[in-house]
This record gives sequence, structure tokens and C-alpha cells, in this order.
Amino acid sequence: MSTNNFQDNYLDGNAAAGALSELFAVDLTAAIAQCDGCGQTNVFAESRVYVNAPGTVARCPGCDAVLLRVVSTPTGTYLDLRGLTYLRVPSS
Amino acid sequence: MERTAIRRRLMWQVATVADVRRETGTARTIVLDVPEWPGHLAGQHLDVRLTAPDGYRASRSYSIASAWSGGTIELTVEQVPDGEVSPYLVDVLKVGDPLEIRGPVGGWFVWKPEQDGPVQLIGGGSGVVPLRAMLRAAAGTSTPMRLLYSVRRPESVIYVRDLKELAAADQVDVHLVYTREAPDGESRVGRIDAELLAQYAFGPEDGATTYVCGPTPFVEAVADLLVAAGHDPARVRTERFG
Amino acid sequence: MGIVSPGFAGRRRGGSDLPPGQYLTRDFPVLSAGPTPHIQPEHWEFTVTTETGEKYKWDWAELLALPAEEITKDIHCVTRWSKLQTSWQGVSLDTLLADVETGADFAMAHSYGGYTTNVPLDDLLDGQSWIAYEYDGEPLGPEHGGPARLLVPHLYFWKSAKWIRGLVLSDTEDLGFWETAGYHEYGDPWKEQRYAGD
Repeated sequence: MSTNNFQDNYLDGNAAAGALSELFAVDLTAAIAQCDGCGQTNVFAESRVYVNAPGTVARCPGCDAVLLRVVSTPTGTYLDLRGLTYLRVPSS
Repeated sequence: MERTAIRRRLMWQVATVADVRRETGTARTIVLDVPEWPGHLAGQHLDVRLTAPDGYRASRSYSIASAWSGGTIELTVEQVPDGEVSPYLVDVLKVGDPLEIRGPVGGWFVWKPEQDGPVQLIGGGSGVVPLRAMLRAAAGTSTPMRLLYSVRRPESVIYVRDLKELAAADQVDVHLVYTREAPDGESRVGRIDAELLAQYAFGPEDGATTYVCGPTPFVEAVADLLVAAGHDPARVRTERFG
Repeated sequence: MGIVSPGFAGRRRGGSDLPPGQYLTRDFPVLSAGPTPHIQPEHWEFTVTTETGEKYKWDWAELLALPAEEITKDIHCVTRWSKLQTSWQGVSLDTLLADVETGADFAMAHSYGGYTTNVPLDDLLDGQSWIAYEYDGEPLGPEHGGPARLLVPHLYFWKSAKWIRGLVLSDTEDLGFWETAGYHEYGDPWKEQRYAGD
């Protein structure tokens, strides 16, 4: 049995950039995301992303609530954003 | 459904392997010709997708190792034990083969030449890959850059020659940290700690932007040390990989 | 569109005893969609809530006091790995639900950490599902869903909710965590019901 700390089995918002680039024309990793659970705002790149799963799940680094989920199926891509109060995309 | 847009959603495209270069016993750099590459910022990454003859697919994300100056792009891939995609990229893929990619992606963990202030790079293992792109992009600019690079042992160092060459420039300072075994003449073996950061990294007073990339536990530990040392969390940018 | 990658076979797949599209694995991959809850058995509780709101509860000692069964089953993950002849110990849902009065058709499994998955009640009965607390003769580790997980091996493994906390029974079918994001509401590996509409 491995002694990995499974608590650390997450990546960050950068790891979701590819999946999200199929849906959005702007980069979301630099966007500011407000968690609908705890109200904390963070750069989306700093969210905790779980990819060893049937889909991609991004969670709030403050309270671990789900911010967004992406599931790619052969017929389409599901995007669930209900954990986000808003995403603020910086103009550049 | 063709549409014209200023910014576009990314689609998969087929690149061709132009060259491969062994970096260490377990890592290889792959040079790609990409017909429609829009250019990229240092620190961005791309997704690689492999397809088996029966349609089975696997995709992974890799940091781009090169700075963009037209022409080819480079990836450096470290073989993951029991991995599915990395063993193919490190051992099977050969010059002339097609490779499906999607990118560039990511706009947070990037360094732009117009950015102000010095840059501190801190990499663990193959976390040095996007940092090497930043070093390359900064070569010839006036931005001071320091690299702290944590590796297990001397033979794990990726870009040995490259780093020596970069370190010869006044603007770049490279310091290696060995966690398991140090080369002759180097006594310290151990992880990056507060003392080492104080000695080799830009401090909070330097107004540096710090980029930390590596395995998740490495990034968490280093980011905590930086914030504890007084760095503004907003100037500590991180990228974690599994 | 797309190309075949020269020399790429992916993980070894197939075999007559595997459902379509699955490959065999010998290790036990850990999938996680969130932080791993670390629940001490003394704080663990399992609750069945019926469609009328009635609650039935078991704590850890009460669970262990129920008749245990040895279970040996193949398991199939929707991410395409299958593992043959896995051995578990746990309590059959037939035992746990024996005295629960319900006319419900559907169950929603709820986990510590917030995960949910929906399963028809009929698929939890008749020797088809368990609350498992041992794997391979050892207490079930937190990374695999310990102290106790739901085990419904005839469905894709996302239905076998780790860190199980309770079942909510209902007359109507609601969808769980992955089922609301494009995965199949039932998930029969032999019919390859991976995604909604399969």
C-alpha cells in the first residue's frame, strides 16, 4: 500500500484550462471566481482541481465547495457553474 | 459552422515531431512543428491527446518548455511510473510522428516581458519545465531572474547544459537544491526551507513575482514558506501537477 | 476527426470476462473528486431516511454487530479500469433495510464530504449491495472510502459511494453528483451505460 497523502491528490485551476478552452474563448485561469458557498474570491488558477475522477472538479481553496464541474462525453461537454457566484474576467 | 472571431475556442490540431532529445534517464524533450500555432506566453501549457487504433483515447496536460520566437515548440515530459501517456511520449513517439495537441492554454501562470520587477522561479522536479520557458523568454531582457530548482539527485537535473548557459548570463542566477543525494563538493541534502529561501531567493522587499511549480505537496510547502516570510500572496503564482 | 497515434495501444484492454471498453488493472486506482474525509468510526453514523421522513440510524458498533458477509466481486470503473475478484466484508443492504418500511422506488446515497449518487432501490436489495468496511481482509482505508462505503458491484463503480453516510429513499428519481453532469442515471457496465443517453 502506498503511503501517499491522499489529501494532496489535487491540482489547481491551471489543470482545467484545457477543458475550459473548448468552451470559452477567453482564458479563465486568470479570472476572479467567487465561491457561492463561502463568498471567498480567488484567482481561478488557485482553486483546487481534481482530475482523477470521471470528470474535472474545481473546488474553493477556502471551503472545498464545488465551484465548477466539467464532463466531456462523446456527444458534448457538460459544464456546471452553480458553485460560482460570479467569474470576473480581467479585460486585457 | 464556420465563424470568424477575434478570440477563438481551441480545437485539437495535429503537430509533427521534428526532433527528440533525451534530458535524463526518465525525461525527454519533444520538439514539435505545429502548422497553426498562434504563439504562446512563457508558462502556458497544452494538452496532448493519444488515440489507439480501436478509438481509445487518453489526454494529458504538459507545460511548454520553450519561449516562442516563431518556428517550433518544445515539451519536456517526465515519465510517470505506471503512467499511460508519458511512457509513450518518452519511449515510443519518434521523429516524423503526428501528435494531436490543443493549446496554448493558461493565462495566470505566465510571465510577460512587460511585467515589472524581478522574478523568482522555484521548481520541483519536472516543475522546472515552464520555468525554463520563462528563463528563455527573459534572456536578453533586463529582468533579473533567479531559479531555485529542487531535484532528488544530480542525474535528475533536466536542462543541465541549458541551465549552465543561462546561468552564465549576469541576469540569471541558478541554485540547485538536492533532496536525496548531492554531487561531490555539495554538502547540503534536504528540502527547500525558510533559511534557504532567505539565502537564495528574492525577499519580499525586492518586489519580485514568484512562480512555484512542482508536485502539489512541494508547491503547498514552498508557497506556505513564502507567505510566512512576508511575501504578498498575490505575487506568488503557483502551478501544481500530480 | 483526429488521428491514430502510431504505436499507442493505451492500457491493455478487453478479455472475454470484461464489460465492453474496459481494461484490466491489478492495482486499485484511487479516484477522488474532492478532499478525502477522515471519519473516525466512533463518529460514523449511517442513516436511512424514508419517503415519509422516517429515519433509521446505525452507529459503528451497531453496524459491526449485524451479520457480516464475505463478498467477492468484479468491479468496473467508468474511467475504464476493471478489477477482478475483489474481496470485501460488509453488511448486506437486505439486512439493514429489513425493518425499514418503504414503498419507495429510488435511493440517493449520501456521503461524508457531500458526494451523492442515485440507485434504484431494487438494485440495492436481493444480495446486490452492501455497506462494506473491510477490503482484502483489512479495514477499509479512507482513500477507498473507509470507514465504510456502499458496494454495488453490478453497476459502474461511481455508484459504490465512498464514505457512505446515508440513503434517502424517494418515490421519484433524483440524480446524483456525476449523474447531473452527464453520466448515465443507471450505469450498467455490460450495456456500457457511461453517459446520459447511452
